[in-house]
Amino acid sequence: MRIALFITCLTDQFLPRAGVAATLVLEALGHTVDFPPLQTCCGQPMFNNGAHGEARDLARRFALVFEAYEHIVTPSGSCAAMVRRHFPHLCPDEHRVLNVARRTREFCEFLTSELGIGAHEIRRRCVRPLRTSVAVHTSCHQRSLGLLNQADSLLSGIAGLEAVAMDHDDQCCGFGGTFAVKQPELSAAMVGDKVRSIQRAGADQLVSGDAGCLLNIAGACRHAGISVRPQSAAELIAESWGLIEPEHTP
Amino acid sequence: MNDAHDILFPKGPHELRVRAREINRNIPLTQYVAKATRTRDAGRKSALEDTFGANADAARALAGKIKHHTLTHLDSYLARWVDAARAKGTMVHFAATAQEASAIAVEISKSHHSKLCVKAKSMVTEEIRLVEALAAIGVRAVETDLGEFILQLDGDAPSHIVTPMIHKDRRDTARIFRDSLGSRYTEEPAELTAIAREHIRELYRTADLGVSGANFLLADTGSLVLCTNEGNADLSVACSKVHIAFVGIEKVIPSAAHLPIFLKLLARSATAQPITVYTSIISGPARPDDRDGPRELHVVLIDNGRSRVLREDSRELLACIRCGACLNACPVYRKAGGGHAYGSVYSGPIGAVLTPELRGLASYPDLPHASSLCGACHAACPVNIDIPAHLVRLRRDQIATGVTSLRDRLPLRIWAWVMRSPVRYRAAAAVARWLAARLGPSSSTWSPHAPPGLEGWTASRHLPLPARQSFREWWRARSCLKSGDDQ
Repeated sequence: MRIALFITCLTDQFLPRAGVAATLVLEALGHTVDFPPLQTCCGQPMFNNGAHGEARDLARRFALVFEAYEHIVTPSGSCAAMVRRHFPHLCPDEHRVLNVARRTREFCEFLTSELGIGAHEIRRRCVRPLRTSVAVHTSCHQRSLGLLNQADSLLSGIAGLEAVAMDHDDQCCGFGGTFAVKQPELSAAMVGDKVRSIQRAGADQLVSGDAGCLLNIAGACRHAGISVRPQSAAELIAESWGLIEPEHTP
Repeated sequence: MNDAHDILFPKGPHELRVRAREINRNIPLTQYVAKATRTRDAGRKSALEDTFGANADAARALAGKIKHHTLTHLDSYLARWVDAARAKGTMVHFAATAQEASAIAVEISKSHHSKLCVKAKSMVTEEIRLVEALAAIGVRAVETDLGEFILQLDGDAPSHIVTPMIHKDRRDTARIFRDSLGSRYTEEPAELTAIAREHIRELYRTADLGVSGANFLLADTGSLVLCTNEGNADLSVACSKVHIAFVGIEKVIPSAAHLPIFLKLLARSATAQPITVYTSIISGPARPDDRDGPRELHVVLIDNGRSRVLREDSRELLACIRCGACLNACPVYRKAGGGHAYGSVYSGPIGAVLTPELRGLASYPDLPHASSLCGACHAACPVNIDIPAHLVRLRRDQIATGVTSLRDRLPLRIWAWVMRSPVRYRAAAAVARWLAARLGPSSSTWSPHAPPGLEGWTASRHLPLPARQSFREWWRARSCLKSGDDQ
């Protein structure tokens, strides 16, 4: 299978290891991974803030860059939701845009729904138990796409990984893009609940299917003096399969 | 009283951020609101799950469709309701504005020389400031819903559509009853209820005017449907000679056959009950042989901005059945310390979209931004209103009409301009890295300091610094290595 990776701005700049891991995991599964170099942003920040002219331009641009691919995979739930749910609203009559919208999947979703990978397959390929406890945060956009258990079920296959429950897991972490900057007090109060939850659970790592949530929660943990590594499910899978070396919390 | 009205009708453009900051200084209040909303939200989920199982979303979608159909043909359903109600002897009035609605109430009260009004809980009467209008002509209108009763004694305003006193607890109630009613100080809920009951029962005996809202209007029978857990609306209908119900025009549903799904969803979504304790269907005034009930039943149908919201792109907002589920589900409502932060009769997610529609986006410019667009409200809504989509639509309208300041608009334009070209994107990334190098030592991945404009972020978070090698740099390096291997 030939798969195009859409590495979103935050992942590209701040959490590139998530993209590296996604690449290596998909290749290990025998697929050809491509990174169309002209890709930039899906336009989510513009769309959410009401700048729909700008967002439409970027949706069309995205469609041009990715139209040749049957499978488009991204390690970010919110960008997948932007492409899948909002592109059709921005360009309801443009086939090229509608086609890429239909073909775009979040990484864990792609693994489970399209490739049929489950916990068993993850476990079968494990070469290195991880000995770590992770708090799993379900991002709101994963919920909006109906992706609730995919990451959990994949992670449950990793040997030595202990997933700890987050309190009020269904509450937003308070990132919301520009919301975190426009409403800093409310956003801080929301992420504060996540920090307390991680502290109580004593998790070493934080996993989420969205770079925004990861940077928000991990940044708030740092501010509170708690060291927790922001990770994507792809990285943990790649570590346990021996594709990348585990990193230690600095 | 003035304080209460300033809360719901603030002067000048409202700022949620400023108001929320003030409210959150009251730590116990934030704890009540957090606890109550979480309990209600969890209760709603399990109540829906128990009854509808995997069909919960289908039930919500069905209720939404019924409402949407009715609203699309509102003119004919409303006319049908009016004809049926008038045939049963109900006197129907139309009010285009809040002022007209309260003027109708004033006129009816004057013609009956009313002195004391027993009033059931109704959000639309808050909208038209009814209690104030009646007070101006010497009619004392007493709230009979327990929560509203306590708030009225305290000169406070409701903070939640269903649980108006979500921001107070029994210690507050004990203090308010002692100070206002002269009762003994007690924090026992049963004793507090008894004190309120004794006081309110006496009012029912002497009241000459009853006021309520209505949860639904049944177009086929011309009936009003009232849902309360305390039976106070039923008593205020039964006790006084004249009753006035104030109802927004959006409350109509086609027929009694459509009612059950709404009753099921309303009770479960609002308070996790299988059914509201008192559900009364009132079809006209008392008949000659009835032992009680009003001799005159008036219904005031209120527009007050609703026909504007009826336009296609905002129509579904009128489907709201005022269950409060979106308030309970919303982390922003929870962290803002409840409804007062919204400076409006309708608060929480539905208020954040409905208030700008009803009272003007110019007066509430920041309400559409009081959301992380997390979608909890949409998932909770019993009539499936896509509230986040409306928040985004209002943000779009602000940009389209030039309301959004250049300071807010320019970064989006620049960002979009950068993202239209991979070369500019890489250049911007290089600038970000250069800036980051100024914030901390090159080995660190987080900085406690932010560049100008991002101080809001670092007030409670460290700022992530760009990685030493971006993904695309890694990809390029790997591709070069690979093609090198190939040669």
